[in-house]
Amino acid sequence: MKIDKNCRYAETHEWVRVAGDLATTGITDYAQSQLSDVVYVELPRVGDVFDQGEVFATVESVKTAADCYMPLSGEITEVNEKLSTSPELVNEDAFGKGWFIQFTPSDLSELNELMTPEEYQEHVAKEEGGG
Amino acid sequence: MSYVPHTDSDRTAMLAEIGVKAVGDLFLDVPESVRYPELRLPAPLSEMEILRELRSISEQNADLDHYACFLGAGAYNHFVPSVVGHVVGRSEFYTAYTPYQPEISQGTLQAIFEYQSMVCALTGMDVANASHYDGATSLAEAALMAVSISRGKRRKIIVSPTVHPEYRATLRTYTPGSDLTISNLQYPISNTQFDDDTACLIIQNPNFFGQLLSTDSENGLSGLADAVHEAGALLVVVVDPISLGLFTPPGEYGADIVVGEGQPLGNPLNFGGPYLGIFACREEYMRKMPGRLIGETVDTQGRRGFVLTLSAREQHIRRERATSNICTNQALCALAAGAYLAAMGKSGLRKVAELCYHKAHYAARQIAAIPGFNLVGDRPFFKEFLVRCPRPPGEINEALLERGIIGGYDLGRDYPQLENHMLLCVTEVNTKQEIDRLVEALQEVAP
Repeated sequence: MKIDKNCRYAETHEWVRVAGDLATTGITDYAQSQLSDVVYVELPRVGDVFDQGEVFATVESVKTAADCYMPLSGEITEVNEKLSTSPELVNEDAFGKGWFIQFTPSDLSELNELMTPEEYQEHVAKEEGGG
Repeated sequence: MSYVPHTDSDRTAMLAEIGVKAVGDLFLDVPESVRYPELRLPAPLSEMEILRELRSISEQNADLDHYACFLGAGAYNHFVPSVVGHVVGRSEFYTAYTPYQPEISQGTLQAIFEYQSMVCALTGMDVANASHYDGATSLAEAALMAVSISRGKRRKIIVSPTVHPEYRATLRTYTPGSDLTISNLQYPISNTQFDDDTACLIIQNPNFFGQLLSTDSENGLSGLADAVHEAGALLVVVVDPISLGLFTPPGEYGADIVVGEGQPLGNPLNFGGPYLGIFACREEYMRKMPGRLIGETVDTQGRRGFVLTLSAREQHIRRERATSNICTNQALCALAAGAYLAAMGKSGLRKVAELCYHKAHYAARQIAAIPGFNLVGDRPFFKEFLVRCPRPPGEINEALLERGIIGGYDLGRDYPQLENHMLLCVTEVNTKQEIDRLVEALQEVAP
């Protein structure tokens, strides 16, 4: 399982990477492995505004469909259009080419509520252990 | 019962758990006088006797083999070619419920796929589902779908008052407990009533009064669709599928979702059900569409096959976040509709629609000529029309029934301002003689 050291993590398995005024988000490598082959990602529109914890996307795999929750509050500035024709990018490169959205976070202090890479690793180990 | 899963010790344990001594104690809240009422049943009869008894009861019905029917208002008496019954009655179709193991039910899947394809052709939409319970549930599901397409951000559903009153009533049963609001379309239509909280506008064409709405862009439906889209909302259109044999499909005037009652397509009136909910939409909204969807594919050897597709939207996978809590469909009724459309073909359906149109217009002209009866409204109509009567429709219908005629729908029931108005329906099955008998009877009952 890959974990990106430069990201923060939500309990619901989204990652967020902040660079300057912009943040990028997707689902974690662990999340994609649990979903199996992703067949569709329903993304928000540019300009949509979400609160932390609100559903901003839905990812559909051959097994199930799962909601994705905003790791930080903010306004969408860009969505990964490539996912509409190549949803498999989520499986192949969850932290890179398989990103979902870019947004401008409205309150960076919310980052404190998210997990560090180490904490996330433990969180996953616990989920795995607990079945 | 030969098999009861609970043993005596199970029962004792369960009763002890909830603190009750005996099963009978569970019913102590029911007043004693009605707790175990004595049933005064007649003596048993033999099979032969009971068939005779039941037949004599059923013959008290006013059925359409013996009565001329001019009642429509959402349920329509159209001719069903006998091939439809033969196809539907095949045990492979007739005895099966929804295909839970879809891949081995290729015949059922193909039949539904054909039905979906024909509904698309008829409505001008890109995708149709495997059907809903009836037109009313289709409409309610379409409204929820429009809200969901806005990601739940738009909370207002605007409905034209000329949408079937029972459909509107069904829609109202879907919204309690949510903060969705349902409001009436205001006339004259001003575009300001469509705002950024409006999820959709629902209209019916032909409307509940049988009237056809103009489809042009100036004052008609295309213009209305533009105004609705301008506000970021969707246009939902309720149709009579038979009318689409003759008139412009909603896909051509800007509809986003098309729903309707599919009963007129090869399904008899059946004393009110089972009926068939037609549901179709534009491709971009496909993943928000409720219900089952059959897709065409190829197997590992390249052969054509059918699958249940996009089922991640459905409740057995998405649980409470599914597009709908109804994932079943009216497969047998949809099959009848498919068989009907295949039997009629494009020209046959057009012929049926033309016959309805011309016979209805003949009847309307004759009735309008009777003193005391007036045709209401100057809009073009399809197979139903609005008549102002000199007496309450209830009285008129009783008199008609004595003459072997089932009369029209009493509009005062739903529209207080239309007291003494009747909605009459004429289809291809009504002969000229029947229409003339109706006209004669109305002349007699006029005061």
